Amino acid sequence: MFFFHFGEYILLLKKVFKKPEKWKIYWREILHEMTEIGVGSVGLIIIISTFIGAVMTMQIAFQLVSDLIPNSVIGQINRDSNILELGPTISALVLMGKVGSSISSQIGSMRVTEQIDALEIMGINAAGYLILPKVIAGVIMVPALVTVAIFCALIGGLVGGSVTGAVSPNDYILGIRDSFNGFTVAVAMVKAFVYGFFITSIPAYKGFFVRGGALEVGQAGTKAVVIGCIVILASDYLITAMML
Amino acid sequence: MIEIKNISKSFGDNTVLKNIDAVFEPGKVSLIIGGSGSGKSTLLKCIVGLHKPDEGQVFFDKQEFTKMDFEEKIPIRKEIGMLFQNSALFDSMTVEQNIVFTLDMFSEMSRKEKVERANFCLERVNLAGKNKLYPAELSGGMKKRVGIARAISMNPKYLFCDEPNSGLDPATAILIDELIQELTEEYQCTTIVVTHDMNSVMGIGEYIMFLYGGQKFWEGTNEDILRSDVQELNDFVFASPLMKAAREVIK
Repeated sequence: MFFFHFGEYILLLKKVFKKPEKWKIYWREILHEMTEIGVGSVGLIIIISTFIGAVMTMQIAFQLVSDLIPNSVIGQINRDSNILELGPTISALVLMGKVGSSISSQIGSMRVTEQIDALEIMGINAAGYLILPKVIAGVIMVPALVTVAIFCALIGGLVGGSVTGAVSPNDYILGIRDSFNGFTVAVAMVKAFVYGFFITSIPAYKGFFVRGGALEVGQAGTKAVVIGCIVILASDYLITAMML
Repeated sequence: MIEIKNISKSFGDNTVLKNIDAVFEPGKVSLIIGGSGSGKSTLLKCIVGLHKPDEGQVFFDKQEFTKMDFEEKIPIRKEIGMLFQNSALFDSMTVEQNIVFTLDMFSEMSRKEKVERANFCLERVNLAGKNKLYPAELSGGMKKRVGIARAISMNPKYLFCDEPNSGLDPATAILIDELIQELTEEYQCTTIVVTHDMNSVMGIGEYIMFLYGGQKFWEGTNEDILRSDVQELNDFVFASPLMKAAREVIK
């Protein structure tokens, strides 16, 4: 079963990356999808990551109750965990729930209402026209959203730490700036790029091959999110193992 | 002209079509009729390439369509117009955008020319001025007419209609039938209509193929039906007492 779906997924991707009929039309769709995926999710990402940053600061401060460890370490730990893990991975899981289910149900509905058949009869590569703009928008906008998430988590940590008195703003900022390794950002961006691909392509695959009606479209959305989350966590492990 | 030879199609153990041959001529409305589950929609999907037949061939003007890959089919697909049972309009697009979509993809027409073409197609189906409406704002009959307008936007050589009258009131159904007949004459296209609407059968059926149990059971014209002694065909076409009475009167 796994190999059947994996093979079908790869064959679909082969169709997706075929040369577009007209780049102008695809470009218009890419811009539309970038707005849907990026602008449509930025508010949610800001709220979630700000709270995560604030909570992380308080929890790190709670665990570091030693006079031997300077308070600036709180900022340092918060920075690295947000850049390396929480920023990209939590954002990706949230986006898989929001964007992934939307993509799956949109394409699935088009399948069951014969709109995909209509595209194919017109001689249009339906997989390419419907999925390629989403994948391109995903690999562009998810890294952008992850950057926003990391920034908001750091600000959230600063505000959360200051308000509760867990860490002073000066110590926190000192910690954020201390021993910064730019490679961690590169790791975060690689993760975000890979997640962007999976967040768009896995739900698109589930939606594209849906059979039946409204019930099956809903089930495909749920399966897409579950499988997508597992794939994100597995790829998180692999990228971390390879790059760090 | 569309010719099908020895078409067979199964889904698992369920054989839906068995060795079907037919010739559909240009300028004529050809109907595929049969009860539910008789394989008419599957046959139409095999002809247009949405299903790959297990056996047999489909020829579009002597070109073997079943042998072609996706790229090779594109020139023929550009000459195909299809009206789906549920219209299959793109619901994120307006009526006008639905009609100019194929022109956007495949033609080098200017924006003005495309809008003019869309207006012409909409006038042709009596929906002038409805350009900016979305499919969700249209009635069932209007959706069908927009589906026809979209199907004729590229001047089709082949027109396919899958149950064009389903879910429509009798008056609108007759309008749709008349429109299909007029367009077939106007464009001299090869038109294949899948239906189980008896008004369509008697009204526009210049060539009728009756499917029964996945096989071609009978073929002829709408006048031939009246004289037919094939029990299965008579049971299907003249199922209601009204149709039986009408047949006696016409006879």
